[in-house]
Amino acid sequence: MVRHLASLALIGLDEQEVERLTGQLGAIVDAVATVSEVATPDVPATSHPIPLGTVTREDVPGATLTPEQALAGAPERDGDFFKVSSILGEEQ
Amino acid sequence: MSGVGLTASASAMADALAAGEVTSVELTQAHLDRIAAVDGDVHAYLHVNAAALEAAAAADARRAAGDGVHPLTGVPIAIKDVLCTIDMPSTAGSKILEGWVPPYDATTVARVRAAGMVPLGKTNMDEFAMGSSTEYSAWGPTHNPWDLERIPGGSGGGSAAAVAAFEAPIALGSDTGGSIRQPGAVTGTVGVKPTYGGVSRYGAIALASSLDQVGPVTRTVLDAGLLHDVIGGHDPRDSTSIPDAWPSFAEAARAGTREGSVKGLRIGVVEEMSREEQGFQPGVLQRFRESLELLERQGAELVEVNAPHFRYAIAAYYLILPAEASSNLAKFDSVRFGMRVTPPGGGTVEEVMAATREAGFGPEVKRRVILGTYALSAGYYDAYYGSAQKVRTLIQRDFGSAFERCDVLATPSAPTTAFKIGEKVDDPLAMYLNDLTTIPANLAGVPGISLPSGLAPEDGLPVGIQFMAPARQDARLYTVGAALEQALVDAWGGPLLNRAPVLA
Repeated sequence: MVRHLASLALIGLDEQEVERLTGQLGAIVDAVATVSEVATPDVPATSHPIPLGTVTREDVPGATLTPEQALAGAPERDGDFFKVSSILGEEQ
Repeated sequence: MSGVGLTASASAMADALAAGEVTSVELTQAHLDRIAAVDGDVHAYLHVNAAALEAAAAADARRAAGDGVHPLTGVPIAIKDVLCTIDMPSTAGSKILEGWVPPYDATTVARVRAAGMVPLGKTNMDEFAMGSSTEYSAWGPTHNPWDLERIPGGSGGGSAAAVAAFEAPIALGSDTGGSIRQPGAVTGTVGVKPTYGGVSRYGAIALASSLDQVGPVTRTVLDAGLLHDVIGGHDPRDSTSIPDAWPSFAEAARAGTREGSVKGLRIGVVEEMSREEQGFQPGVLQRFRESLELLERQGAELVEVNAPHFRYAIAAYYLILPAEASSNLAKFDSVRFGMRVTPPGGGTVEEVMAATREAGFGPEVKRRVILGTYALSAGYYDAYYGSAQKVRTLIQRDFGSAFERCDVLATPSAPTTAFKIGEKVDDPLAMYLNDLTTIPANLAGVPGISLPSGLAPEDGLPVGIQFMAPARQDARLYTVGAALEQALVDAWGGPLLNRAPVLA
């Protein structure tokens, strides 16, 4: 289970971490499951603390980053592009 | 440095600058010297600003020219590492952002600079603000100036410790579940979490977007009000920013020091957070009750209120926060910024991402991202995340009915005083209980303040009292906070921090 969730979250884990997290997350999930004691069907859900309408702005250009600024922190670049390794593996 | 000492409040430093008794360059140099002397032991800072003296000279020039002078022009300030700074690394306490210098300033940082304040550096924090002790920082823990073997609270332990150790007069923090208020409590300092949307989150590296709020970390209530006035107000770059006009919080604090300021104020004491068997240390409760008695003697009225759903707050929080964090932290994918780790022999982009996040994230971040991934997954969503959102409604209703009977709510700021470094670091559930009293305000979006209420008799360590107000009524916190602070400082014969041990 932990290994599957970690792969969904794109986090590599070693064997020790999987073992430790399995115990810890089990205890945490048991503790947080208490929310179901009071979360009855008649209670509406709240996603946001202060209700606000949809916020829009005038459709005019604002301040933007230059390509140089946007790329300044990139681990790897090729000209004005972010560079990554292959998207697909060999078997794909 | 003549004119004003390092232990003065930020407002006293501002007065000395205005009177020409000290320059910003002198004041800034004194703080840099203090950092050099004590930060080896405290470790409040991750980075010290190499250009601090230049900013100070500019502030002095601004005062000399009398041009656009703000009350805090020339006052140095420490900045939590979660806030983006264009001229300093911003790592949020994580290895995955080691050395990253953002291409823009957070709005709060930009406003502090526009007021002519002088950034001293970036302060330590739990990685991505996940923690209550600053022990989960990738760069090592911060130590509590009251006892270097103890935690300074978290996640903003660096900002609180910097202010408590006189390494900065004032600081910026962020509070998602108590990260400003709980460190304030355990270091004998003041911290405010504003109403959600009262202060811009633009450029604050997001932990949980529906809970995060930036706020002041200071030694006095007035200083917090002065800084809140600088950083607060509408920001079009944050779509959750409240467009209302706000009153001056410095004025609200000054009003609190006037005779009769709390006469008739109804203070709700939350029954569910007032007894030892609910997890509170005896000395914490003793100082809490004494503070309330002081306010009662000044004419405030104490009202017992119930908040029956507050006991579900931690459970709801540890579903909502990990869910939002797992989404927010997806951007640390080794493509646009931060660390990249390539597995031996190369690998696909997903394999590179997984290897990067394995090496770049610490244990608490991995725990919470995986927990959030679980809470959001198909088949579990309704039972966990959906239920947590319903609890959020119930907690808001508890606040709503409480505020029909009182003007502000009071609780201890934290259940205990500072614990020993290492004591809870391997027990996540024990660590989560530290935010028992602070989390409800984040879930409901209401403002909260923590200020010192004394030292616990059993261990001699600082204790904090928290006040909460309805959303948008932050001014009430400054008024009641300043009134109590004045009464306590009179009773103590000086600020609580005067009793902290001398460092270095």
